[in-house]
Amino acid sequence: MTELLLIVTIAGERITIPAADIESVVELEALIPVPRVAPHVAGLAALRSRVLTVIDCYASLELSPAEERSLKEAIIVEADGHPYALLVDSVEDVVEVTGEVRPVRTTLKRGWRRVARGMIDVGGDLLLLVDTQALLLGPQVAQAA
Amino acid sequence: MDDLLSEFIAETREMLEALGGEIVAWEAAPSDRARLDEIFRFVHTVKGNCGFFDLPRLEMLSHAAEDVLADVRAGNRTADNKLVSAVLGVIDRIGELVQALETGEAISSEDDEQLIAALHHTTEESSAAEEAMGAAAVEGRKAIRSIRLSVDLLDRMMSGVSDMVLARNELARRLRQASNDLAVENAFDRLSGCIAEMRDAITRTRMQRMDSLFVMLPRMVRDIAGELDKSVTLEVDGGDVELDREMIEMIRDPLTHIVRNAIDHGIESSEDRVKAGKPPHGTLRASARQSGNQILIEIADDGRGIDPDKLVRRAVQNGLITAEQADRLTAAQKTALMFEAGLSTAKEVTAISGRGVGMDVVRANIERIGGIVDVESKLAQGTRLTLRVPLTLTIIPALTVSVAGQNYAIPRSATEEIVRARNDTVKIECLGGSRIAAIRDRRIPLVSLAEVLGVEHERAADDQSLIVLKPAGGDDYALAVDVVHDHEELVVKPAAPAVMATGLYAGTTLADDGSPILLLDPSGIAASAGVVLDQNEIEKLGAKVARVETQRDEEPALLFMTVDGAKRAVRLSIVERIEEVSPEAVKFSAGRLHIALGDRILPLVGCGNRVPEGTLRILRLSDGKTELAYGFSEVIDLVTIGDFLKPASLPGEVGGVTLINGEQIEVIDSFWLFGEQGEDARGERDLVCALADDDPWMGNILRPLIEAAGYRTVRAADEEAETADILITAAEAEAPPLPAVARILKVRATPEPIGDNDDSIYRYDRAGLLTALSAYAGKTGS
Repeated sequence: MTELLLIVTIAGERITIPAADIESVVELEALIPVPRVAPHVAGLAALRSRVLTVIDCYASLELSPAEERSLKEAIIVEADGHPYALLVDSVEDVVEVTGEVRPVRTTLKRGWRRVARGMIDVGGDLLLLVDTQALLLGPQVAQAA
Repeated sequence: MDDLLSEFIAETREMLEALGGEIVAWEAAPSDRARLDEIFRFVHTVKGNCGFFDLPRLEMLSHAAEDVLADVRAGNRTADNKLVSAVLGVIDRIGELVQALETGEAISSEDDEQLIAALHHTTEESSAAEEAMGAAAVEGRKAIRSIRLSVDLLDRMMSGVSDMVLARNELARRLRQASNDLAVENAFDRLSGCIAEMRDAITRTRMQRMDSLFVMLPRMVRDIAGELDKSVTLEVDGGDVELDREMIEMIRDPLTHIVRNAIDHGIESSEDRVKAGKPPHGTLRASARQSGNQILIEIADDGRGIDPDKLVRRAVQNGLITAEQADRLTAAQKTALMFEAGLSTAKEVTAISGRGVGMDVVRANIERIGGIVDVESKLAQGTRLTLRVPLTLTIIPALTVSVAGQNYAIPRSATEEIVRARNDTVKIECLGGSRIAAIRDRRIPLVSLAEVLGVEHERAADDQSLIVLKPAGGDDYALAVDVVHDHEELVVKPAAPAVMATGLYAGTTLADDGSPILLLDPSGIAASAGVVLDQNEIEKLGAKVARVETQRDEEPALLFMTVDGAKRAVRLSIVERIEEVSPEAVKFSAGRLHIALGDRILPLVGCGNRVPEGTLRILRLSDGKTELAYGFSEVIDLVTIGDFLKPASLPGEVGGVTLINGEQIEVIDSFWLFGEQGEDARGERDLVCALADDDPWMGNILRPLIEAAGYRTVRAADEEAETADILITAAEAEAPPLPAVARILKVRATPEPIGDNDDSIYRYDRAGLLTALSAYAGKTGS
């Protein structure tokens, strides 16, 4: 398998996301909160006259939020015709990976377990391959489904 | 038929365009077989289609050309220049005629013969034919007035124009701030006008004829009628009314459902129709027309109509309304009950309808797109459903407001008026835990947007603005916001599912400055704030009827002071008498206050859970079966409940607020009071339990529990036990001593079942025991 993967960092964890899922990587400007929405929705942001639904990956992964983090770096993905921005701590690089996605052989925390599609060897490091769709669904919806 | 014809015209025209190059190439090389085949195929197709449409002239021309070309293909003739010209002349004429078909012009048929003759006599010089050909060629080059476009492209254009509108809005804002240059402003105004015009034009391109929706009806009606063995004639009218493409998609399902319903429940079988003196064929009429900026779609049948009384019976049975409320409904209101969830008058669930998708869903879907559903029905004469929907979904006029520093948009269609909270004509009162805005002579519930959204409002309550909202099909309420900004035309896009799941928003949009704005959903906010809205139709009906009725003959009520010193009114009809009791009669027992009156113990309400000090005055309230005591301190007056009753936002002791002598008085909700506070009228369930008397546990522990649950007990040794409904015995006991008793409930001393097939109940499993008893009671009752 040869796949282009984007390496991003969320909560100190380097993870990979299939580059094919990603429309672009942007720095978000103002974030408009959405009152009473599920906690993993951080708010709305505008990108070239489109309204993005911004997903807080910390909340989606059921992690306690980091003290200081920028709410700017985001990757844009689309699901069911709606554009989403996934907030990440940093975006590292796009790498071409040849190798098998292997099942995760260890017990992950619940939030990670929900989004992990497997693990993959990237330049000698073992990284999680994450499903963006599961990430943007957030914990509640995923449980209900 | 019209659709098919325009399809034919468009198709022929496309083929002609594609053929243009082929013809020229064929002219250059008449022996080119591939080109010849191409042209032959064209005339052949046209000929076939013409027969279908009854277009004799086109058929004659294409037939003649086909014959000649067939000869050439068979090698009987050679394609010389004259023949090519003659064929081209015919093809040009076909193009001309097709165009004429569309525009409705008449084209002289005089020289058709000559064109055909030219095909056959290509060796002879025929100046007339030449002329005819020349004329045809010129005509054929006329501009084509319509093209076919993919819907995707239209959608992209629409979203492009939407973005342009947004960019214009932002530019307008910047210009206002920065520039005073008249020339720049004039230029901008012109640009602005162009954009508006273009947006209109593109909005129109997205319009689709209702035909595209109605076209599915004939087949559907035929299939459903066939399945149900009914005979139905369909009449369609107004298929040329245009509606936004998206809107058409939104109406598709509700329309399907209504038609199914009409055939299934509305139209009778042929036999029944003849018996009722109607023609054996039922008629279903679907029509559409434009009225202002709304489209009216009507589905009418001449079937049995809706029986309002049957609906009411069902509604009462299902507990949607009380019998008392039902009596006060007008016929139209009764019919409107069909939109309530869980009401199907169909005797049995059929394959066609009654699959759990009811008219409530139809109404919800139509209201979601800002539409309204009306129903009119006459028993034995038929039913007419009218859908009123807006023309377009995407661009809506809206009001921008802000609360806690954040902007929101409210659809202009739902706003009735805007008032400042600090205003002589506006008074805000807080009572019964909810707030009411009195605006001039109206009193409507007040909802704070900040509270609904769970944010802090920036301004004091009296410095806010109130927006009177009338949500689709709902009752008015006032929404308090910090600031009302502006009226804007907004391009609304659906929000992500997670955002929609809150139920508070209708979509997202971008403001002038390019920042996202949430579009509020007035009905969703009302529901979330607990405003009594007639998404529950009944509430509105009840309230309206109450209003109308009290105007006619006002209801007498007792105005009194509660023990807490508040004024309240209670309808006189439920007050039995007023008594004074000593405080000793009141006891906090069994989890609530009870009062002993003679040989009876009544629940005491109106005093909280506090045993009152000193002599207590009580109102004895009765609903005919159950009695309650309501503590109060003094009677103020006998009054009539005015022509105004505003329901409380939450069900509770106070059912609403009325005006008595200009004062707002809370009216006690007798329905709630008896429902929540009244205790079961005991002894009604005359289930008799015989207890095995050799077990002291039965007599001492079990008996009080069973009696407390409202059942009678007898000792198994008594004579009465012969007629007991049920015998309770220890599971460990050998054989039941009373085989005559039909049902035996075994109780066991151990929590674990004894053996595999143990149907006994653990003796301290209170819930299990009571469930078993009530199950038996249910059986004996029926």
